[in-house]
Amino acid sequence: MSVPEVAVVGFAQSPCRVREDATTSGVEMLVPIFAEVFGATGLTKSDIGFWCSGSSDYLAGRAFSFVSAVDAIGAVPPTMESHVEMDAAWALYEAWAKVLTGEAEIALAYGFGKSSGAELRRVLALQLDPYLLAPLWPDSVSVAALQARLGLEAGRWTEKDMAEVAARSRAAAVGNPDAQVSGAVAASDLLARPYVAEPLRAHDCAPVGDGAAVVIIASADRARELCERPAWISGFAHQVDSGSLGARDLLAVPSAAGAARAAGAGAVEVAPIEEAAVEEAAVEVAPIEVAELHAPFSHQELLLREALGLGDGVAVNPSGGALCANPMFAAGLARIGLAARAVMSGRAERALGHATSGPALQQNLVCVLSGEAS
Amino acid sequence: MSHPTAPLRAPLEIEFDYTRSLGPVLSQFMAALAERRILGARGADGRVHAPPFEYDPVTAEPPGELTEVGPEGTVVSWSWMPEPLAGQPLAEPFAWALIRLDGADTAMLHAVDAGSAAAMRTGLRVRPRWAERPAGSIRDIACFEPCDGPAGVAAGEDAGEVIPGMTITPVRLHYMHTASPGETAYLRGLAEHRLLGQRCGVCGQVYVPPRGTCPADGVPTSEEVELPESGTVTTFCIVNVGYPGQKVTPPYVAAAVLLDGADIAFQHLVLGCDPDEVRMGMRVRAVWDESGSISHFAPTGEADAPYESFARCL
Repeated sequence: MSVPEVAVVGFAQSPCRVREDATTSGVEMLVPIFAEVFGATGLTKSDIGFWCSGSSDYLAGRAFSFVSAVDAIGAVPPTMESHVEMDAAWALYEAWAKVLTGEAEIALAYGFGKSSGAELRRVLALQLDPYLLAPLWPDSVSVAALQARLGLEAGRWTEKDMAEVAARSRAAAVGNPDAQVSGAVAASDLLARPYVAEPLRAHDCAPVGDGAAVVIIASADRARELCERPAWISGFAHQVDSGSLGARDLLAVPSAAGAARAAGAGAVEVAPIEEAAVEEAAVEVAPIEVAELHAPFSHQELLLREALGLGDGVAVNPSGGALCANPMFAAGLARIGLAARAVMSGRAERALGHATSGPALQQNLVCVLSGEAS
Repeated sequence: MSHPTAPLRAPLEIEFDYTRSLGPVLSQFMAALAERRILGARGADGRVHAPPFEYDPVTAEPPGELTEVGPEGTVVSWSWMPEPLAGQPLAEPFAWALIRLDGADTAMLHAVDAGSAAAMRTGLRVRPRWAERPAGSIRDIACFEPCDGPAGVAAGEDAGEVIPGMTITPVRLHYMHTASPGETAYLRGLAEHRLLGQRCGVCGQVYVPPRGTCPADGVPTSEEVELPESGTVTTFCIVNVGYPGQKVTPPYVAAAVLLDGADIAFQHLVLGCDPDEVRMGMRVRAVWDESGSISHFAPTGEADAPYESFARCL
């Protein structure tokens, strides 16, 4: 089957910060990045055939909060617009489908979240099973901590391994002005700090920050006009694991491995994976050079590397990743945007963007980007 | 702009109860909890899920007869909660744990009242501490406690009304709500009995209350415009239905009011005349209340505005 070619042609994100001056509508964060991405591509709002956003009413504390954000896109006269109550990486998936079907030539996906408007880890309890889990208010950090301990006690990683992920991420984020946390720090110093939810320390958890991101995609002909080196979407897939937290094997991420396989990322079978199998797979497929993984907790990067079959040769999270900037509902889209930027700038021939949603990596999305149209 | 520009911020408390039907499987599960029993479901692969699945994860078939498990179990994984959050099962530091109940193959997430992190370990044997009065929810298990420790007493909670087959989950959320710069200027203006809007620098449209961004052009609007307190009813409805917290006695009129000089109407009350007298084009004026806000709009007695003067805002 021949799939029409679609490419990322533009990306912008706002710096991730706690913004006491920002409303939950996202308008203040979105207007500057729309101007930036339009400036870079030479597009105007009238060129956009389809708009799709990702955000959450629970984060905003009001119903239909995304409708206010529509002001930022200038939706008069009316435009073709949609919304997902998920990370905007899933909005980009919907936009991609619109371009594939020929309903739009150019589509724009955006996500925004004022994560600091409420107690984020508590609000996120409401994404859990509403009968058996949410009434207990299990917060997102505690749930991730249960997953981290399983891996620790199974010998899959150590607290030092987790601290090294955090230290490496923070060092990588030094050159990233959009990151909320960055700096040179030794893993041993991080390990001396107290637990916030044993076995997780502060460095193991993404900071709570507010932000927005936007990605523009275009059909083949338009992409070549708009961008010297478009980032062609060679595969795009998402999968979900059971909502029954206690019935999942929390050390396997079958939905991530499955999405990667479906997106042609060359992932191997789900964990547990033998070291040798990972290396073999990495050699077999065209190499992913850069991977931006949406891992809001340090141990989740380790799980995802394995599930996606990423070997040591892959530059993982050169931006610092979600451990340094995790604006809710935008961070996953930003991973794809950053992976696309690596291709558009010529730094990578093939890159992977990943997004997650739900507790303990329940849902996963993988987008593979390439410098060459297939 | 002459007014202070720091955005106004205020706490926002949102409270609502979700009332949900439990369905056939979870109805049995919750009913058993009220009898201090825990039920699981056996899957086609022979594994026992506790809590029970509603549909078999492999075959998608509903479970057969549910099977009793536990009530004791073993901790599979745990994390420590040093500062419990509002609504969580315990107010004192506790452990979250995945607990595999005896006879089950999957785990249940709940709290363990262990006293300290040092007392927690994977493999710890735990038993449920039952709520004093069942409420028909997962919280009929107040928490779990170590089998080798003394039996604790569940803190008395207001169990509320028990409806068979239903479960009620109260949701209480706390936000710090921030008004946009335009909304802030508008709200500060109201306190001085002034109506402040903003004009778009591209299309010239005047928005009140200010939106911060022109919805037509998507550009920031910052030119402040002061508007008179008079306007025109563009459209309206007569509210005849009561609801909790309603401050005006039905029937009354909710109208879209277009202030003179504005390009967008906002919704407000029209009082001071019989609802039957309100009509499209009726001229109205703001009536201020003691708190420095607009209480409602009232008829001015002027001749109606011609339809053509507000048709573009319908």
